[in-house]
Amino acid sequence: MAMTRLMAVMRKEFRQLRRDRITFAMIVGIPLAQILLFGYAINFDVRNLRAAVADEAGTQLSRQFIDQLRQTQVVRIVSQASTPAELEYALRRGRIAVGIHIPADFDRRVVDRQRPAAQLLVDGADPTIVGIANQLATMPLDFSDRQTDLLSRRTLEVRAYYNPEQRTAVNIVPGLIGVILTLTMMLFTAVSIVREREHGNLELLINTPVSTPVLMVGKIVPYILIGLIQLALILAVGSFLFDVPVRGSILDLYLAAALFIAANLALGLFISTVARTQFQAMQVTFFILLPSILLTGFVFPFDGMPRVAQWLGELLPNTHFIRLTRGIMLRDATVVELQGEMLALAVFTAVAMTAAVLRFSRRLD
Amino acid sequence: MTDQTDLAIESRGLTKRFGALLAVDNLDLSVPRSLIYGFLGPNGSGKSTTIRMLCGLLTPSSGSARVLGLDIPEHAGELKSRIGYMTQKFSLYGDLTVLENLEFIADIYSYPRSKRRARIDYLLDRYELVALRHQFAGSMSGGQKQRLALAAAILHEPELLLLDEPTSAVDPKSRRDFWAHLFELAEGGTTILVSTHYMDEAERCHRLAILDRGAKVADGTPAELQAGTGMAVIEVLADDPFEAQRLLHDLPQVASVTQLGVRLRVLVPHEHENPQRLVADALAAKDLRAECNRVAPSLEDVFVAVTQEAPHEDAA
Repeated sequence: MAMTRLMAVMRKEFRQLRRDRITFAMIVGIPLAQILLFGYAINFDVRNLRAAVADEAGTQLSRQFIDQLRQTQVVRIVSQASTPAELEYALRRGRIAVGIHIPADFDRRVVDRQRPAAQLLVDGADPTIVGIANQLATMPLDFSDRQTDLLSRRTLEVRAYYNPEQRTAVNIVPGLIGVILTLTMMLFTAVSIVREREHGNLELLINTPVSTPVLMVGKIVPYILIGLIQLALILAVGSFLFDVPVRGSILDLYLAAALFIAANLALGLFISTVARTQFQAMQVTFFILLPSILLTGFVFPFDGMPRVAQWLGELLPNTHFIRLTRGIMLRDATVVELQGEMLALAVFTAVAMTAAVLRFSRRLD
Repeated sequence: MTDQTDLAIESRGLTKRFGALLAVDNLDLSVPRSLIYGFLGPNGSGKSTTIRMLCGLLTPSSGSARVLGLDIPEHAGELKSRIGYMTQKFSLYGDLTVLENLEFIADIYSYPRSKRRARIDYLLDRYELVALRHQFAGSMSGGQKQRLALAAAILHEPELLLLDEPTSAVDPKSRRDFWAHLFELAEGGTTILVSTHYMDEAERCHRLAILDRGAKVADGTPAELQAGTGMAVIEVLADDPFEAQRLLHDLPQVASVTQLGVRLRVLVPHEHENPQRLVADALAAKDLRAECNRVAPSLEDVFVAVTQEAPHEDAA
């Protein structure tokens, strides 16, 4: 009997979904738009910063130095200036992001290692650019015709495992899967019960013998399928356009995703039992979405966050899922090796689902 | 089979408060099986709240009720498969077709698979929905939606059908057809509780209760209620009905005056010996020409008589 009812609720959800063109478009549209946006527009390997040079030395060495800067491709020299003041002016007007000031005594400074050889003026309003400038500052100068090889010695060598070319897409796409699924899954279920309430369907539904767990499960199962289709879409686009690998088992990835999707759907259902209108449900969804982007290690390294932010992050399903996707897709890890994250997602799902079932009232008062 | 004590609904002191508002006040109800029982009352008189309490959607603040022999709200769960409930607002799925809605309801009530096809076909036929079966419910007219809602509410063959103002959004022809369906269901043994604020609908009920501000102010068959008003009804045909109404309204013996076109319906309590003369003399004294006749009370007169708190407030 419960099975008949479960199938009935699921069939109804599928039918409604199929007829809701906007939602249907969102299933495909949101992942596509996000992955293209993040894949192309967001790029942490900064290149071609507009720069101007004020070369007060004008020596062969200084010209060699400018050439080297140019070769890094980090800066693109767009104009020449004659004084540091002109650099500052161009910086303030937003013409350039970096000003390179080479003082008149540049040649002497290169040999005398007490003082920096040249000065970089950067737009400190953008932390990424400041970070790049700091990297430039430690750039080894290779003046092989002079005896300055001391300068070219680096104390540490960095080897980037799993992403040797340090391509942003490889880093972004595994995390983006979690963000996209959080957004779409939570949104779809958050409005589901509220919508039935607003349309008056709920008053009829709670007067039928259908039990609350059957209703809840029937509402989320169709979306698990939708979520897995979205995952396939993201993986395909990630692979074709950005060459993002899946080094681990695809089955493990799907297993982790199914659990993660269930966690978000359960959370969405819970929101749906609390919110009174669809608009409220959406507000709460976005309230949760923001930390799911910021506190999960997607944008900022998790270990670098303040302790409190880390605690909050641990409560969010996306934190665990990002660890799973990065592990499985990039490090060839298995769900068994990452069982702690799987367990966290399972516990989250169980708690959210129980809360939703308990919170769902079969009465109107 | 039905003996006198076999009641579909029985309530004692049923009360519902929403904060400071007393929505239902100490309601005693006895609804016999297999007939149509009406709740007549203006908006806000507690009709919907009572129906919702009886099907377990609202918890009574105090008092008790037994529906089909089950105490509510304790056994509301068991009750759900034995009652049908038609909400005031259309509550089926607008983005599902007529057929899909009925199939969904059949599954939700676990209607036996073997009989399902035949039952749905019967309902489609009986409620003139055959041609509409592949149409989205949301795109239908008020009357069509109402027929679908009724078909869905009785699909699982409930013993008791609760209808909350079912005809508020439909035209007169649909209303008449709808009532024909209700009589047919009652004939088949279904008990029907229907709320309305239409007098003509109330008159069709086997029995009814008049609700006013949450309290039951009268109940019985329409004929009993009409006989027991305690009021004489004088119909006045006056040359100047407006002046006549003003004058009669100020008479201390008159309970209420209602204008119906050129006629006035004047309610005078029975304790006055000759109500007709009383009214005629009062009008003659002011040189107002009028024809006064004593008539039988209508249900509307009953309604006006029992819902009137202060007699001289109505026609102001």
